[in-house]
Amino acid sequence: MYLLLNENDLCNYYDLDTTPGLKAKGKFMGERFAYLDDEATMQKLIRFQSAEQINVTFSIPQMHCSSCIYLLENLHRIEPGVKQSQVNFQLKEVFIIFNPQETTLRKVVELLAFTGYEPYISLQDSTVKKTSTFNRRQLYKIGVAGFCFSNIMMLSFPEYFSSGNIDETILKQTFNWINLALSVPVLFFSAADIFIAAWKGLRQRFLNIDAPIALAIVVTFARSYYEIIGGHGAGYLDSGTGIVFFMLVGRWFQNKTYDSFSFDRDYRSYFPLGVTVIEAGTEKNIPVTQLQKTNRIIVRNEEMVPADAVLMSGTANIDYSFVSGENTPVEKRKGALIYAGGKQMGSVIELEIIKEPSQSYITQLWNNDIFVNKKNEEKSYIHPWSRYFTLALLSIAAGTLIFWSIVDPSKILPAVTSVLIVACPCSLLLSATFTYGNMLRIFGRNKLYLKNASVIEALAKINTVVFDKTGTLTQTHAAAVNFEGSPLSAGQMAIIRSVTRQSSHPLSKIIAASLKVDTDSLLPVNSFKEYTGKGFDAQVGDMPVSMGSAGFIKADEMISQDTGTSVHVVMDNVHLGKFSVKNQYRPGIAEMVADIKENHNSLFVLSGDNDSEYTNLTKIFGANTPLRFNQSPQQKLDFIKGLQQQGSQVLMLGDGLNDAGALMQSQVGIAVSENDAQFSPASDAILDGTKVSVLHNFISYAKAGKKIVTASFILSILYNIVGLSFAVQGILSPMIAAILMPASSISIVLFVSLYSSLVARSKGL
Amino acid sequence: MSALFVLIGISILVAGAFLAAFLWSVNKGQFDDDYTPSIRMLFDDELKKNTTSTIPKKINQTK
Repeated sequence: MYLLLNENDLCNYYDLDTTPGLKAKGKFMGERFAYLDDEATMQKLIRFQSAEQINVTFSIPQMHCSSCIYLLENLHRIEPGVKQSQVNFQLKEVFIIFNPQETTLRKVVELLAFTGYEPYISLQDSTVKKTSTFNRRQLYKIGVAGFCFSNIMMLSFPEYFSSGNIDETILKQTFNWINLALSVPVLFFSAADIFIAAWKGLRQRFLNIDAPIALAIVVTFARSYYEIIGGHGAGYLDSGTGIVFFMLVGRWFQNKTYDSFSFDRDYRSYFPLGVTVIEAGTEKNIPVTQLQKTNRIIVRNEEMVPADAVLMSGTANIDYSFVSGENTPVEKRKGALIYAGGKQMGSVIELEIIKEPSQSYITQLWNNDIFVNKKNEEKSYIHPWSRYFTLALLSIAAGTLIFWSIVDPSKILPAVTSVLIVACPCSLLLSATFTYGNMLRIFGRNKLYLKNASVIEALAKINTVVFDKTGTLTQTHAAAVNFEGSPLSAGQMAIIRSVTRQSSHPLSKIIAASLKVDTDSLLPVNSFKEYTGKGFDAQVGDMPVSMGSAGFIKADEMISQDTGTSVHVVMDNVHLGKFSVKNQYRPGIAEMVADIKENHNSLFVLSGDNDSEYTNLTKIFGANTPLRFNQSPQQKLDFIKGLQQQGSQVLMLGDGLNDAGALMQSQVGIAVSENDAQFSPASDAILDGTKVSVLHNFISYAKAGKKIVTASFILSILYNIVGLSFAVQGILSPMIAAILMPASSISIVLFVSLYSSLVARSKGL
Repeated sequence: MSALFVLIGISILVAGAFLAAFLWSVNKGQFDDDYTPSIRMLFDDELKKNTTSTIPKKINQTK
């Protein structure tokens, strides 16, 4: 609570202080959002437009706490042009209404970026999201089915208690006719999806789980209508509407997914939307899609290079961590080729485009077939079962037909229809939907966010696990820093911390963070000059301090000895030694690897980085695990393909854009993300970085899930046997059907929910 | 027994009213986000304080 208040104070501070500060900050942001002034770009983002107001929805991945909601919903107090802003925390979206006469889209975005909530703008994503309308339609259907089901149930009670012999025939008739009226919307509105899915399956000559359900619903309703209209009896409308209701609830439960995550990003989501082009000496902003060969572009600090290009002027210091997995920036000189996906760290550079964005080195990966033909998501574990079930059911029905046609032809129709009514596979379906729905939630609670339930089935079949190194096995923001040389005194450490704080280079940040120095002992830095990609000169008091690469501090004799990444320190013209920066592996990795190995899975490591970590990786994985270094994105994809051709079921863990192809190709691709806000490539699941060490528990839980489904199948088959034993004799009364149906459904739902939660607890999830 | 017909009619009407209320609330988007409103209501007190302090000022200015 203190934290909340504290941050609220901070928010109030923004209210008071932003407007004067904004102009200065706005200049700092420069032309970054200039592309939002472009009319065509604006039209793609805007939901509704009139002279007085514009409605727009932004995705803000940084949103993480209640204070964020507070600040974002009070934007109108900072910028009067904003009329209303409303947050949807689960989707991590903010809906903004602003007056175009008072402010512009660009200003609103700049305001958001300034307050620390830079919206994630992608023309691709913004056009696709339509999940909420789908959810609403599902809720309508459930509501209608629930209403009709409960009323029909209530009106059927007299029928049950009098075992079909109500004295007042008018009352009985009325109840039946009301039931009939109530069942019509269920049949034609609520159950429509089931019929459509069944029909689609049949047209593709594929017997899916919906087919027997649709058959059961049709038979139940047809026989009930026949009985009511003909005045023979009450029919089975209570059971029929109950089936539909439980089925819809089950599907809704299973389909509740993680809306704030996007599982289908391709490279376009990562690339900037607008670029600054120089044409005849003047700067101009154009959308990245209009970028052509020979265009001259400007890339500023922290901006991404949108297409393969040649460096024309300025010093490039390119961070390729996104593309290749190497975690230290590379320095490039004039005339050097710079690949798309690299991020410039440092001063402004000028580039000439040599390939269009869609033809660039990294984007070529998406021209691969695997991205065109998406994985077949319809294949499911329950489908073979449903096929056997349908065949068995039809043969029982045929057997009943033959039996009664010999013994007593008048009982053919009641017996055969009863078989089809009572043997509804809905409990079969419910067992799978509720097990997987519950497992999805348990995985989500443990920060493994699955795209859908079929990923659990795929995860249960895995026998090969492939890891990426950087960002997956290692931590992105933590590195092991060692000082080699004479031990540093506390004063020297304070000086180094003071000067490294001045630099924005990632290595400086890592070194500054590694030194445990009291903040009070930090010293003022008098002068500071940074040489991009080399190092810096600084002065603390009278003492000159230089830090940087061996070449920069002219320790030539050291160059040949440097193996990994190292930063040398020269203080008062004395070479004190060097900091060596190494990858830091996530804690618990070794145990996880050992456990996966024990369960007879094969392991592989694919790294885009060089082999400097070979010995450390061998310690973790053992000598017999193949380790491959310097792998290009295409090589990674091909390697997975090779494994699959040998019949392996592959699970791939990766984090960067360079793993995107491999993640897509593998049976299960898990994108590792350091925090929820980070963008992950297209994948089947997103895993929080801190949970990589319990991967083995996730896999064994998925395998256990298959057993839970099998156990509940057996339970539901037992129910079916009881029901069928009545049905084949032609003595299935509506009451038995009405008791058996909800009892079996509810007990199976309880059984799988409890069982799957218990198993999760035993696995420490 | 004829009272039953009336009662049944009323009961279905009442249930129908609840169904209508549910459909209306879904249509209004009340089920789209079940987390943010629970946080939003916690800010209300402070919001009122701020708006009451700023609104009179504005009125004075316009007058």
